Amino acid sequence: MADVNSLTIADARDALRKGDLTATELTDACLGQVEAAGALNAFVHNTPDLARDQAKAADERIKAGDAPSMCGIPLGIKDLFCTKGVPSQAASNILDGFRPEYESTVSQKLLDAGSVMLGKLNMDEFAMGSSNETSTYGNAVNPWRRQGDAAQLTPGGSSGGSAAAVAADLCLAATGTDTGGSIRQPAAFTGIVGVKPTYGRCSRWGIVAFASSLDQAGPMTKTVRDAAIMLEAMCGHDPKDSTSADLPVPDFEAALTGDIKGKTIGIPAEYRMDGMPAEIEKLWADGTAMLKDAGAKIVDISLPHTKYALPAYYVIAPAEASSNLARYDGVRYGRRAKLAQGDGVTEMYEKTRAEGFGKEVQRRVMVGTYVLSAGFYDAYYNRARKVRALIKKDFDDAFASGVDAILTPATPSAAFGLGEMAAADPVQMYLNDVFTVTVNLAGLPGVAVPTGLDAQGLPLGLQLIGRPWEEADLLNTAYALESAAGFVSKPARWW
Amino acid sequence: MLDHLSYSEPKAKVISGAREDWELVIGMEVHAQVASKSKLFSGASTKFGSEPNSNVAFVDAAMPGMLPVINEFCVEQAVRTGLGLKAEINLFSAFDRKNYFYPDLPQGYQISQLYHPIVGEGEVIVDMGPGVARRVRIERIHLEQDAGKSIHDMDPHMSFVDLNRTGVALMEIVSRPDIRGPEEAAAYVTKLRQILRYLGTCDGNMQNGNLRADVNVSICRPGDYEKYRETGDFGHLGTRCEIKNMNSMRFIQQAIDYEARRQIALVEDGKQVVQETRLYDPDKGETRSMRSKEEAHDYRYFPDPDLLPLEIEQDWVDGIAATLPELPDQKKARFVTEFGLTEYDADVLTAEAESAAFFEEVAQGRDGKMAANWVINELFGRLKKEDHAITESPVSAAQLGGIVDLIAKGDISGKIAKDLFEIVYTEGGDPAKIVEDRGMKQVTDTGAIEAAVDEVIAANPAQVEKAKANPKLAGWFVGQVMKATGGKANPKAVNEIVSAKLGL
Repeated sequence: MADVNSLTIADARDALRKGDLTATELTDACLGQVEAAGALNAFVHNTPDLARDQAKAADERIKAGDAPSMCGIPLGIKDLFCTKGVPSQAASNILDGFRPEYESTVSQKLLDAGSVMLGKLNMDEFAMGSSNETSTYGNAVNPWRRQGDAAQLTPGGSSGGSAAAVAADLCLAATGTDTGGSIRQPAAFTGIVGVKPTYGRCSRWGIVAFASSLDQAGPMTKTVRDAAIMLEAMCGHDPKDSTSADLPVPDFEAALTGDIKGKTIGIPAEYRMDGMPAEIEKLWADGTAMLKDAGAKIVDISLPHTKYALPAYYVIAPAEASSNLARYDGVRYGRRAKLAQGDGVTEMYEKTRAEGFGKEVQRRVMVGTYVLSAGFYDAYYNRARKVRALIKKDFDDAFASGVDAILTPATPSAAFGLGEMAAADPVQMYLNDVFTVTVNLAGLPGVAVPTGLDAQGLPLGLQLIGRPWEEADLLNTAYALESAAGFVSKPARWW
Repeated sequence: MLDHLSYSEPKAKVISGAREDWELVIGMEVHAQVASKSKLFSGASTKFGSEPNSNVAFVDAAMPGMLPVINEFCVEQAVRTGLGLKAEINLFSAFDRKNYFYPDLPQGYQISQLYHPIVGEGEVIVDMGPGVARRVRIERIHLEQDAGKSIHDMDPHMSFVDLNRTGVALMEIVSRPDIRGPEEAAAYVTKLRQILRYLGTCDGNMQNGNLRADVNVSICRPGDYEKYRETGDFGHLGTRCEIKNMNSMRFIQQAIDYEARRQIALVEDGKQVVQETRLYDPDKGETRSMRSKEEAHDYRYFPDPDLLPLEIEQDWVDGIAATLPELPDQKKARFVTEFGLTEYDADVLTAEAESAAFFEEVAQGRDGKMAANWVINELFGRLKKEDHAITESPVSAAQLGGIVDLIAKGDISGKIAKDLFEIVYTEGGDPAKIVEDRGMKQVTDTGAIEAAVDEVIAANPAQVEKAKANPKLAGWFVGQVMKATGGKANPKAVNEIVSAKLGL
């Protein structure tokens, strides 16, 4: 078989089961692609030996007839996941040399299902960023380019390496994490599918924490079907994570009938932002029409507190991050700054954290420390929590009125150029999350689906937001949208 | 059943300054380590004295991505403690992060309960002598993690950190400022410790740091405290200073006394007491400033997003309540009413649940006062000499009861009983059999006693004359008869016969 690395999980699974392909062949093909794609800087740590061993074991399982859907499927794992014995640095200098003695629950579940880990994927440092430019490894690069333009574009962030690797067919799928849009925005920027499950669906155990009340792991795949298959393998109750939900895991793939007749899709007025590019506007309208044609009922809805979501998010997420990142102090693991004669413990903290954390991480730690400090707590943090409750109520009301899913743009633009935002106000970068943060604040499932290209030939995506715990239904709607959009474009290979 | 004996409140301690009299106002935060085999949020052991850094789970070391999971047993102990202090149990409580940097705090925050503690208001009756006690109101009890240990004196240039204690469950028991003197403060900790040990929720070992107290001290003019109690307005009280981390009853008293006098001197000198955290230096016998209010940490408390709120069921609480033991106040009241003991004796016997149980076994079906007397004076005295706990007593309750029985039956005298006790203590054995085998039974045969008395009278005519003039000298004859009979004669009978024969 040629170009097996570009297979979907579903196709590879069928080929593996039929014996048309072995996991070893598939893994070797991917490893070759990874090797050749240095220019994308998607993988920051390769584990070829581990991958080949896992592929061999997968082949034996397949031969024995004991092969779950993910068996033998080569994946990339975001660097935010702790992987046993393999560097896990959250793309930060402060975790220099850190190799955990444990495996995150999500990556362990994927390994238990027979998946193959090709290596660790680039990302924004501690998942803080929307362009992958805050990584200590340097940015990953989007395999897509504007037509007739060699300018390098961002793959988005924070799961930029995951998005680039999947879009460039270096692996069949990848794990991502999403705190404010870190799966969905890069998925939209690279023409792939990304799912942020309901908060509590995937265990957070072993994933380096950014903002604990918002973080969720999810699949980044080439198709909705693949996302359904992979999500099923990743999620489930974990007693080691108190916020993980003790609910049965549905057969997500079986739910993909494509039949959405009678479903009600809400179109929220507040997501029609001032100055929204006409292309995005058209994409949204086209997507709405596709769902309508597929038999869904379209209703206009209001989510009145939407405009407060971004400010609330940029209070809550940094507040939690400032506390979550306090453990990186140079005492027990990772980097410790070289100290001068006479330096004490305060100097150790200051120097270690000043040289270990990048600028964006430092900014958020400082913002978070500020909003939690005495005298400001009520004005910022408590207020943001109240706003969060109102945002959640907006969604609850919409779902209570009969809405099954909500359709919005995934991003306010297509992928932008690397370095383009370097001089901009950091808030400009934060605006990338404007359509996605509400979903994290409300703990809902969301999926980004590629549905078209812009005038310059770059992929654009739409977002579907579902009821809590109803990923199966949400994925089916996404499947209907994907089928109608018929998005099959691939980036032209330049790397 | 009495909840407690009636009591009156003691007077506040008054310290005379150079110009006027002052009263003390004291509130305490006691940190009691939960008697649990594993930590509050991890499965690591809490065993004291293990090799440094051997009882550390990944979450205790705050490894990236590790998450806390609440230990239900620790929650149960906190509820049990709350019930023991007659406190309100909050069915909804939540954990907050208290953020600060220190090398022995790996997470960079302590998980505690600021906004919604698991236990609300309760009380402790602090005994200050027979009929006198102070009712100290408990404000709250919350669960929190202990920190590790920093060691600065092992190397001239480096510090070391031991994380064995990191994450061990503590109950912070916060009192209202109802304690009015150094002795009361020590008595409060003693009583709290006693209740915790009865409940089994904390071993109370102060030496190992399993029970330690932060003491808030302020001074006020006589009458001002009462105004505070009437209005709840802290403005009537002086500025307080907090003395941190006290783990000895003696030091608690010394530190409070020193601190009160320091504050009085300041105020009488026209200066102000500054709110601050202080440390007690037992070598110098003084407190010194650790950090001022301005230097105080901003802990940036916020709800811990890794943990869901702790919601418990009333049925579960009721189930715990049903297993509570009889507590010291109730037990003491019962000992006084049921066995006719003095409050003092009841206090001594109920100090430890084990000694109370021992006493009850001895007293079962016997004279309570006599049993108390033997347990307190003979057994406790002997155990103390060898620094033994009641649980290590070589004399069992059955053996001691046997001795008491022999006295009651008149088989042995009190004096012989003491010898018998010593034999049982050192050699063991059945007291009745020892008495039999060694011929220790007292002589009650009046004929034999009369003969012995006659013999002594006949041999000492001069003494007889003197005794007739001064009946007090009859005791000398009794002593001689006892000597002659090897102490086995019934002393009461000897007394009577001597008196009769001398015609007194």
